[in-house]
Amino acid sequence: MSKPLHNTPMLDQLEGGPWPSFITGIKRLATDEGKSYQPMMIDLLGQLEHSYQTRKGYWKGGTIGVIGYGGGVIPRFSEVASQFPASKEFHTLRIQPPAGMHYNTALIRQLCDVWEKHGSGLIAFHGQSGDIMFQGTTSDNVQSAFDELNEMGFDLGGAGPAVRTGMSCVGAARCEQSCANEQKVLRTLVNNFLDDMHRPALPYKFKFKVSGCPNDCMNSIERADMAIIGTWRDDMKVDQAEVKTFVSKKSRKYVIDNVISRCPTHALSLNDDDSLAVDNRNCVRCMHCINVMTKALSVGDDKGITVLMGGKRTLKIGDLMGTVIIPFMKLETQADYDRLRGIAEATIEFFAENALEHERTGEMIERIGLVNFLEGIGVDVDPNMISEPRQCSYVRTDTWDEEAEKWFTRKAEQQAAAT
Amino acid sequence: MPPRMPIESGVPDPFQYMHPIMVRNYGAWKHHERPRPGVLCHTSKNGEQIWTIRAGTQRQMDVYTIRKLCDIADQYAEGYVRFTIRSNIEFMVSQESKVAPLIDKLTQEGFPVGGTGPSVSMIAHTQGWLHCDIPGTDASGVVKALMDELYEEFIREDMPNRVHITTSCCQINCGGQGDIAINIQHTKPPKINHDLVANVCERPSVVARCPVAAIRPALVNGKPSLEVDEKKCICCGACYPPCPPMQINDPEHSKLAIWVGGNHSNARSKPSFQKLVAAGIPNNPPRWPEAAAIVKKILRVYKEDARDWERLSDWVARIGWPRFFELTELPFTKFHIDNWRGARRSLNASTHIRF
Ligand code: SF4
Ligand code: SF4
Repeated sequence: MSKPLHNTPMLDQLEGGPWPSFITGIKRLATDEGKSYQPMMIDLLGQLEHSYQTRKGYWKGGTIGVIGYGGGVIPRFSEVASQFPASKEFHTLRIQPPAGMHYNTALIRQLCDVWEKHGSGLIAFHGQSGDIMFQGTTSDNVQSAFDELNEMGFDLGGAGPAVRTGMSCVGAARCEQSCANEQKVLRTLVNNFLDDMHRPALPYKFKFKVSGCPNDCMNSIERADMAIIGTWRDDMKVDQAEVKTFVSKKSRKYVIDNVISRCPTHALSLNDDDSLAVDNRNCVRCMHCINVMTKALSVGDDKGITVLMGGKRTLKIGDLMGTVIIPFMKLETQADYDRLRGIAEATIEFFAENALEHERTGEMIERIGLVNFLEGIGVDVDPNMISEPRQCSYVRTDTWDEEAEKWFTRKAEQQAAAT
Repeated sequence: MPPRMPIESGVPDPFQYMHPIMVRNYGAWKHHERPRPGVLCHTSKNGEQIWTIRAGTQRQMDVYTIRKLCDIADQYAEGYVRFTIRSNIEFMVSQESKVAPLIDKLTQEGFPVGGTGPSVSMIAHTQGWLHCDIPGTDASGVVKALMDELYEEFIREDMPNRVHITTSCCQINCGGQGDIAINIQHTKPPKINHDLVANVCERPSVVARCPVAAIRPALVNGKPSLEVDEKKCICCGACYPPCPPMQINDPEHSKLAIWVGGNHSNARSKPSFQKLVAAGIPNNPPRWPEAAAIVKKILRVYKEDARDWERLSDWVARIGWPRFFELTELPFTKFHIDNWRGARRSLNASTHIRF
């Protein structure tokens, strides 16, 4: 017979209600007679109730890892282990999921078996970092759990000042709006920096996120140091017969109010015969009209990506959006992917050398100025990088002629390449 | 025996775990429809179709719950699932006839089917007291309590546009941007345990961490420690992770704040960050009723007043912030006026005023 459960009057109140309850799940593990994790989960519930009662957390970090790696395990030691001894160690393994978070049930069952044997039986699909979080095991079991997962083809994710686990959307696997091979972009980038992931030695974290279109389902602009977002250069596709069907089903007013007038650049017009006119030169690829008229409108054929850099949340200087670094590049041939990888390498190298300790890429760019950053990674300035040119006259322009010459030369080269 | 060295395999190849229809039609999808809430039907250029049934989960799941989902996937679907960024599980099937029985089974087993289109999807959240080392609250608990109340909004599609809610247990805001975000907001400077600072903290890097340079090295009771200029301190808690003896969490004074209008999509307007609308909300486990009431009020007003396809940020941009505060009956205070760098951008430099 196991030790008795702690009284958990507050947690018990999270068992009612229609939404699935994580407390009910943890209790299931705490009452799992004979399982190695049972005592740990009994005391885990005790400590959690204690947190609810006192409104404080009781975990502290430490150093726990696996042989050969410097990061990827989140160590947790209890500060109230005298009251809850069986959960005194409750470490988490961050494991990188298959790109796009695809699973078959055989794989998931195998993951469960590993964690039933070596851990707490509690798994989060997924943490905010994009990892599968195998939550809760002892210091002794970290290595054996990792070894089994690693043999199955799974690797630890990032933690600390390192390249972190990335994310890519479902994209081309099941979305007609996809303009990129998201899983390939993610794997090309992250898997090229595994040394920087597993042996944290950067100034601070560095995240890649990949979205297949400007809907940016992976929240990459706001959350990634390097965001890769699919887009297209040619005209969007319009199936005029489907447009007419949509108009007759929904009404002209609906289409005008919800599609035409919502275009941010006034690039749409409904013709008298209920067909749609698109001013493609002024469409900014925002996706709105395509989102509304999924059957009538779709992205173009000349697909590629936009790269933005520097997104992050508050710490330390305030929130920063990623900003455009590469307005458009094709991503079809191996050479294209190599070019993207080269941009990432130059960026991380520059970041490693120039960022202050605990400074994210966006903060570094803010401190040194975008132009210095661009020169550092070897990217030319482009008007797509700004919302508007400078307003303030406090700038030295004595090399204007040289800079103007660079622009004209570049334009001439681009023109020559295009013909 | 030499120790086993890791195989540095990185991100696994997803094709080995992907539904065969998705593999066959990779990059060749044509359009999609939403036949009912919680269900997507995608049609490929090759004429194949796939139905996706989306259900909510509690995110951190015991192996019994996960295996139950696998049993359902094997018996009622085709053994392939994926997870969304908001911890919803998706079952993919090749035949429409499988959709209704799968929905019935999921509902019967307590997994709500929904979270598609203009619904309130599952709340993206951080970990909290269960596992984090710096949490001011238990995001998992806040989410469970809130999703119980927003259940109907999850299984229906009758909001103006999709609503993404996030919660975070500290001001680092790992939960991320959301149409509505419920985050910890500390209101008192850290309480320093001077006996421990010298041993536990790397003092120069803690000093460097403070956004307002409020921390300086000091000798306290003859020991090297740190002190905080409490007049300067903005109670952000940035010093706490690198220096646990600078306890920022306070059972009484760590409050919740609510932010609205974060939106990462480029659709219509450019992506936007969330803005503070309410603070000083009690951090009140186990069901956080005060925070839930404000969220529900904001959602109710948004649902009534916003037009189709307006995200929360689009709606406020149209009606203006004065009207937002009027409709939600939230107080407008001096704390809503930004004074951080770049704050002038947020002031109204025009005579554009709605009466
Ligand atoms: S995608 Fe956006 S910018 Fe382009 S036409 Fe449609 S609504 Fe306008
Ligand atoms: S709480 Fe924030 S502002 Fe206050 S001392 Fe710590 S880092 Fe500085």
